[in-house]
Amino acid sequence: MVLSLACLLTLSVSADDAFTTAVNGLKTRSFADKYVAASQIAATSHPRADVVLNALLSGNLFTQRRSDLVVIATSLDKKGYRLIDAISGESLGEVGRRGAKKISVNNGLRRQLRGLIAGRQLSHEDSRLRLEAVEAIASSGDKALRSVLINRRLVEQQVAVREAIDIALVVFDLDVDDNLIRLAAIKASSDNLHPTVRVKLTNIANDQSVSTDVRSAASEALVNLETLSKRYQMVETFFFGLSLGSILVLAAIGLSITFGVMGVINMAHGELIMIGAYTTYVVQILFPGAIEYSLLIAVPAAFCVSGLVGIVIERSVIQFLYGRPLETLLATFGVSLILQQAVRSLFSPLNRTVLTPQWMSGSLEIAQGLSITYNRFYIFFFALLVFAALLLILQRTRLGLEVRAVTQNRSMAKAMGIRSTRVDIMTFGLGAGIAGVAGVALSQLTNVGPNLGQGYIVDSFMVVVFGGVGNLWGTLVAGLSLGVVNKFIEPAAGAVMAKILVLVFIILFIQKRPRGLFPQKGRAVED
Amino acid sequence: MLISRLLDHEKGGWAFLAVLLAAIVVVPIANLLIPEDSVFHLSTYMVTLLGKYLCYALLAIALDLVWGYCGILSLGHGAFFALGGYAMGMYLMRQVGSRGVYGHPELPDFMVFLDWDSLPWYWLGFDQFWFAMLMVMLVPGLLAFVFGWLAFRSRVSGVYLSIMTQALTYALMLAFFRNEMGFGGNNGLTDFKDILGSSLQTDFTRIVLFVSSAVALAAGYLLCRYIVTSKLGRVVTAVRDAEARTRFIGYRVEFYQVWIFTVSAVIAGIAGALYVPQVGIINPSEFQPLNSIELVVWVALGGRGTLYGAALGAGLVNYVKTILTGALPEIWLFVLGTLFVVVTVFLPKGVVGVWHQLRSRGTHD
Repeated sequence: MVLSLACLLTLSVSADDAFTTAVNGLKTRSFADKYVAASQIAATSHPRADVVLNALLSGNLFTQRRSDLVVIATSLDKKGYRLIDAISGESLGEVGRRGAKKISVNNGLRRQLRGLIAGRQLSHEDSRLRLEAVEAIASSGDKALRSVLINRRLVEQQVAVREAIDIALVVFDLDVDDNLIRLAAIKASSDNLHPTVRVKLTNIANDQSVSTDVRSAASEALVNLETLSKRYQMVETFFFGLSLGSILVLAAIGLSITFGVMGVINMAHGELIMIGAYTTYVVQILFPGAIEYSLLIAVPAAFCVSGLVGIVIERSVIQFLYGRPLETLLATFGVSLILQQAVRSLFSPLNRTVLTPQWMSGSLEIAQGLSITYNRFYIFFFALLVFAALLLILQRTRLGLEVRAVTQNRSMAKAMGIRSTRVDIMTFGLGAGIAGVAGVALSQLTNVGPNLGQGYIVDSFMVVVFGGVGNLWGTLVAGLSLGVVNKFIEPAAGAVMAKILVLVFIILFIQKRPRGLFPQKGRAVED
Repeated sequence: MLISRLLDHEKGGWAFLAVLLAAIVVVPIANLLIPEDSVFHLSTYMVTLLGKYLCYALLAIALDLVWGYCGILSLGHGAFFALGGYAMGMYLMRQVGSRGVYGHPELPDFMVFLDWDSLPWYWLGFDQFWFAMLMVMLVPGLLAFVFGWLAFRSRVSGVYLSIMTQALTYALMLAFFRNEMGFGGNNGLTDFKDILGSSLQTDFTRIVLFVSSAVALAAGYLLCRYIVTSKLGRVVTAVRDAEARTRFIGYRVEFYQVWIFTVSAVIAGIAGALYVPQVGIINPSEFQPLNSIELVVWVALGGRGTLYGAALGAGLVNYVKTILTGALPEIWLFVLGTLFVVVTVFLPKGVVGVWHQLRSRGTHD
């Protein structure tokens, strides 16, 4: 018993000794020797190993001139340093600027150090940190860590980490001087868009000392990678287009209903969107502890607030102007100015910050080199959801039936006993409410300020006109396709030019099909 | 004789012309001849302000011609105004010569700044006054003709047309904001020195500009009267009231619409050209959709379909705007917004309509 305890003690003492020797080994001038010492430190299980390695990496490891101890120094701006013993962690007091000498590191050593630290991190219990570690090892190119990776590969439980390790191993194999291994590695990495792989392959392809078949395989793989990244870029552009399109659909769909059903040109629609965005802001102010759920609260809240404002507008202004669409355009424009100024006076003319919940930040990695941000991803599906809900209301409910009847022929619907005034109020409230919901989505993408709505009003009208008034499917198709077209023109022509081209296209399109992509049929259309 | 025929039964029109004539006589005297310490002296600032209102009034008349008489609600008339203004601005820019900040003999400052080495082709000729004046009319006219031809031929009308015109001015605004367009980008054209050889800063030039604006307004008014009282004008009014019926009777409705739209755009362009030397700047914000819609409210407030009412509305709204934006800037948008609502809901015929109503009630009693 006593013997075994003593045995353990000696073991730990010898481990401590190894650590001490290795730390003192850092004092050498040669960077290669420093690396040897650093890897010895990394190999020990000493609790201060990480601290010392990180200090060395960030340039905080010094030697005290008086005692020749290795110390960790914190700079006391220009006056000197506060020193801590690197091995024991004890405070050594303060010294002047000339009392300590920095242990210098160069870029090569820094890269190797990152690999060493990553190697230690590789066994951390957090799988995200492990993934980061694999990444760091692959980028460091430190061959000594290859075995660390292989060992980890055997015990690793997480599939994602295992895959990352495989990729990293292939990256190491690219540097091996054996043609067969190299060829296999090149073959394996021909669909790997990791930046390190590209650099390595380019180096191999340009290296005259490598045999020609390896070089040609490398350049072939590079071409492959090039087409792959182009394809991913296309997918990404397409997705950006869909994302822009879904925003256009959200903004335009409420307009499409009011325009189609009531013949009302609601120029205050943009301001209803803005009110929705401000509702999100207010919800986050009211419940500062529940940012994660704020959007879920904000969606119904914004629907109600904007819907109510819409109903007030309908009752106070629009009801006097039915049958005179141009007049509704002017009157609602006046309303939009009043709403804008009201928000400006109430909140402030400056933009407000709306926070993004944790689950909406970050991005979803679909493949190496192709990732999609969560907020755009969610908003796309949110737009589809809103569209589906609206479609359901219009196709499957009593209100929807009445709305469709009034759209097709108002006087006939009235004759059949439909109270068209009530339908008008409900439709306008619905359209306004959806604008508010769109505002919640927009608050996650753009600045929330009094001018938020103004920027969307022309675009929304374009979508409605392009798709065909009063046609929900038309609005969806028009919104998504305009978004995608816009994003595909953008890289070639620039953002502003893309917008102008799309506008010109719609102006010309309307000449050919004055009633949009999907014109409404029926006798009332000619009025 | 011609004038009396044009203004037959138009008492308001006579009054309008009389006021303009009085302004042409009184304003120069009050500004140039009456000493500065007298109460009757009119400062040059006021002269410029009045001149600005006259340009707005001319623009309002141009819009009233298409909206009040042909039923085309253009939400892009500000674009024609701004294009005329840019043509004038380009002439004034060329007149600066080597007096710019960079002192380049030919290129305007912003082009030197952008490192351009020669004038773009579309700037050529603008050093000639006659050419610039031709462009003031030709560019807005041509745009209106092409746009109108495309739109009216395929029977785009009503709300669709309004939204298209709005898109037009929006697209132009985005385009003119681009530096690559060669129109000064964001800052537009400014720092003008002189026009036709005389400095823009002197009182005399200001008075000449004011008088030209007044004359242009009177001429524009009479031209529009001439058009609406002619046989063509009758057809145009018929198109406004019953487009389909007019077409079935055998008129080519789109010809009349394009013609009226183009004439109106040319008048708007001239208004813009007179406006720019008086305010001393033209930039892309003139293309803002808001400006064009504000213009509609001038006409609606004054009374659409009366021409002089449109001019009156422009004067009224802008006078209130000048006062309010100076004293209570945050109130202005509330007032403008309320004006939109009140005029459309309660005053569909505008101030002139209310006046007529009161008068006819008086004679009946």
